[in-house]
Amino acid sequence: MKTFFVSVSLCLFISFSQGRTIILSPTSSTKTFHDAVNAAKDFDTILIRAGVYSCINETINKPLTIIGENLPALDGQLKDEVLVVMSDNVNINGIEIRNSKRGSMKDFSGLRVFKSRNVRIENCTLNNTYFGIYLSDSKSVLVKKCKSKGANYGKSDTGNGIHLWKCDSITIEDNHLEGHRDGIYLEFAKHCFMQNNLCEKNFRYGLHFMFSDNDTYENNTFTNNGTGVAVMYSKGVHMFNNKFENNWGDASYGLLLKDMTNGIIRGNTFENNTVGVTMEGGSNMRFEKNNFFKNGYAIKVMANCRLDTFVRNNFSGNTFDASTNGELQENLFENNYWDKYEGYDLNRDKVGDIPYRPVSLYSVLVEQMPYAVMLMRSFTIDLLNRAEKNIPSIVPETFVDDKPLMHLISRK
Amino acid sequence: MLKISKYVIYDILRSKVLIAYTLFLFAVSFALFSLETDGAKSMVSLLSIVLIIVPLISVVFTTTYFYNAYEFIELLVAQPLSRNTILLGEFFGVAISMTAAFLIGIGIPVLIYSPNATGGVLLLSGVVLTLSFISIAFFASVAMRDKAKGIGMSLLLWFYFAVIYDAIVLGILFSFSDYPLDKAVIALASLNPIDMARIMVLMKLDISALMGFTGAVYKHFFGSSFGLLYTIAVMLVWIILPLIVSVRIFKKKNL
Amino acid sequence: MIRTENLEKHFGKLHVLKGVNTSFSGGEVVSVIGPNGSGKTTLIKSILGMVVADKGKIYFDNKDVANDFSYRHHIGYMPQIGRYPENMKMGQLFSMMKDLRKSSSTLDEELMNEFQLKTMFDKPMRTLSGGTTQKVSAALAFLFNPKVLILDEPTAGLDPLASEILKAKILKAKSEGKLVIVTSHIMSEVEEMADKIMYLFEGNIYFYKTITELKTETGEEKLGKAIAKIMTQQAHA
Repeated sequence: MKTFFVSVSLCLFISFSQGRTIILSPTSSTKTFHDAVNAAKDFDTILIRAGVYSCINETINKPLTIIGENLPALDGQLKDEVLVVMSDNVNINGIEIRNSKRGSMKDFSGLRVFKSRNVRIENCTLNNTYFGIYLSDSKSVLVKKCKSKGANYGKSDTGNGIHLWKCDSITIEDNHLEGHRDGIYLEFAKHCFMQNNLCEKNFRYGLHFMFSDNDTYENNTFTNNGTGVAVMYSKGVHMFNNKFENNWGDASYGLLLKDMTNGIIRGNTFENNTVGVTMEGGSNMRFEKNNFFKNGYAIKVMANCRLDTFVRNNFSGNTFDASTNGELQENLFENNYWDKYEGYDLNRDKVGDIPYRPVSLYSVLVEQMPYAVMLMRSFTIDLLNRAEKNIPSIVPETFVDDKPLMHLISRK
Repeated sequence: MLKISKYVIYDILRSKVLIAYTLFLFAVSFALFSLETDGAKSMVSLLSIVLIIVPLISVVFTTTYFYNAYEFIELLVAQPLSRNTILLGEFFGVAISMTAAFLIGIGIPVLIYSPNATGGVLLLSGVVLTLSFISIAFFASVAMRDKAKGIGMSLLLWFYFAVIYDAIVLGILFSFSDYPLDKAVIALASLNPIDMARIMVLMKLDISALMGFTGAVYKHFFGSSFGLLYTIAVMLVWIILPLIVSVRIFKKKNL
Repeated sequence: MIRTENLEKHFGKLHVLKGVNTSFSGGEVVSVIGPNGSGKTTLIKSILGMVVADKGKIYFDNKDVANDFSYRHHIGYMPQIGRYPENMKMGQLFSMMKDLRKSSSTLDEELMNEFQLKTMFDKPMRTLSGGTTQKVSAALAFLFNPKVLILDEPTAGLDPLASEILKAKILKAKSEGKLVIVTSHIMSEVEEMADKIMYLFEGNIYFYKTITELKTETGEEKLGKAIAKIMTQQAHA
């Protein structure tokens, strides 16, 4: 369906633009990509046949459609950026971009879009580029079905897969980003929509938000990233039905939320992470119908979080359900399912009759003296936890689900 | 030696207690696996059985058996058999029977419901715990002439390793929480076979949580292949050392 | 055949053997007697290796038996109260003992046959009467045809017929050049069988003499009286 839509829109675009088509191939009269771009006029199409073409810091400064046939490659030969778009209405489809320069002073990228609108980048592959696709000061850009695998320079010296800086209304979908510093990075990016992306094995974050408000991401998978996904200093971010998996390490988590307000986190799955969600300074955040399965800690909610709501989430198979660093909690937990809950339901309304305290004595102890981790699952610790549950004295009393559910909430 | 073990095993099989133990383990593990849809959760429950019930039954069974077999041992001592042979024969007889009971009782359900690395490590640690607590119970039985005292001492040792020791560790960690305790933690864990077994299983079961501690000895030490070798070596010491001490005492024992 | 040197043993504060020096040789029946708690059983068990002496040495055929167990191939032991694995059947007990001892000498099943034990081979040991258990013990002691027999109160609990059978067997063993060490309280029996008497008193050998020596020294005909006389003499001295 999507392919159909893409091809129809492409056809429409091409037919309406009514430009010429310039063919670039190893045997054509136009030998270099540079010549082809120079030769093209506004709304022309450059059709590139399979082959490798040198392309060093080539700027597209007029509305063009560049289509690759059998994935031709534009090669930056490690000398500079490869391709720069500085014009509205540019379409790039089916091209491999490779070998950008790397450097710490400037963010060299495979494909840069600068101050442009209505740009579509589809079916492109980026290989051995420092940054993959770099969008800045742009609006209404579509990045779809692209693949980028970070150049293997090592952890500290790799750029981001898709990087957004001061953008608006960007759509990022169906991409596969691997081995970068951050898979997708947003800074000052508003009204963006991301879906069906796979971000894996990135050294830092699968997805990284800074100061980006009113964005939505849905149905993405973030797996095996160095430290998971970080969403920071942003308002009104919606996160629906994503998967956060297998993020392991000292400072790893599925999702890090820092100084966030008015976000909604619904229908996500957090599985096999050292920490499912860490939240510092969140307010008015709503966690709904998420699954927290088999994490070390399902949630870490710092004491500076206020007025957040956790309803109808599933907590199962986590070593610790929750931990916090303070006494006072001003967050609401209600109607969640906790597999460690041992209460009963006498009136059969499927809600447990006694409250559940997700923070165990042991998790408080471990927070204060990390070496106590050696006693995890000790019988003695179980006894202490049980004693504490009956007579709470150390665990924060306000960190409580007064209406825990008796059964796992099935989704769909 | 194995001849003696053979008669010990005959004798144990005739007493039916071991069969009851096997059935108990079997029933409990089947129940845990079938009541709980999440395999990992059943493993957690099974872990507490392996860490607490298995050592308890091992010491009680061994001590009771030893005192019940006292006449047999007396009979053997007057025969041309060395005391080493007699005690080791008794040990292997009990060890083989108990290990078989454990492997059938818990091993079969685990193989059916959870045939993975966690299951394997759980079984391994269960076997090693069975053996070391039999060894500890032999020590108690040989050291105490009186049956009641022997069983009392065995239970006390079990209680010490299963409950008290971890409380002491907690106290130590609390008192010295300002100091780097990496090596101390390894040493503390090594001094209790139950802790070693627990850590071995945790490395599979709770690895995601264990990764969360900066510089935690767990990941760096017990998670490495050297750590695994170390764990196994220490557990072997926990089987062999009490046994050597028992043999020493038994050599001088008056029957 | 057997020699002890300066054998000492404490059980806690109790000084049970106070340096026992003695020797036993083949072809004789030695009766070890003495009051209760005089150290008879301890001495026997030391020789058997069931009790480990604190000090002193035991030689069997001039070899130190410390840390050695093979000499027990040559000893048959009948305990005062035989206790056997309860669940085991009598037949299984016999075959197990044969299995464990791996004896090369020809088996002596005379007592087993005379006590008619084979008819009871499928009875579990726990169901046997005290007398039958004693018969089993006796049969086991003689089964492997050992050079030395150590019998602790052998006739206690046996019926008169069985006692006679056992006594005859003891005398037969002596005639075959074997050493038989017997503890007993029954003087008539001692007089019947023993060549020598060892009297233990408070952990020391009070005397160790042949029966004829005893009788001539005291001028008494009856062994019991002779012993009593020696003891009163000693007490007056």
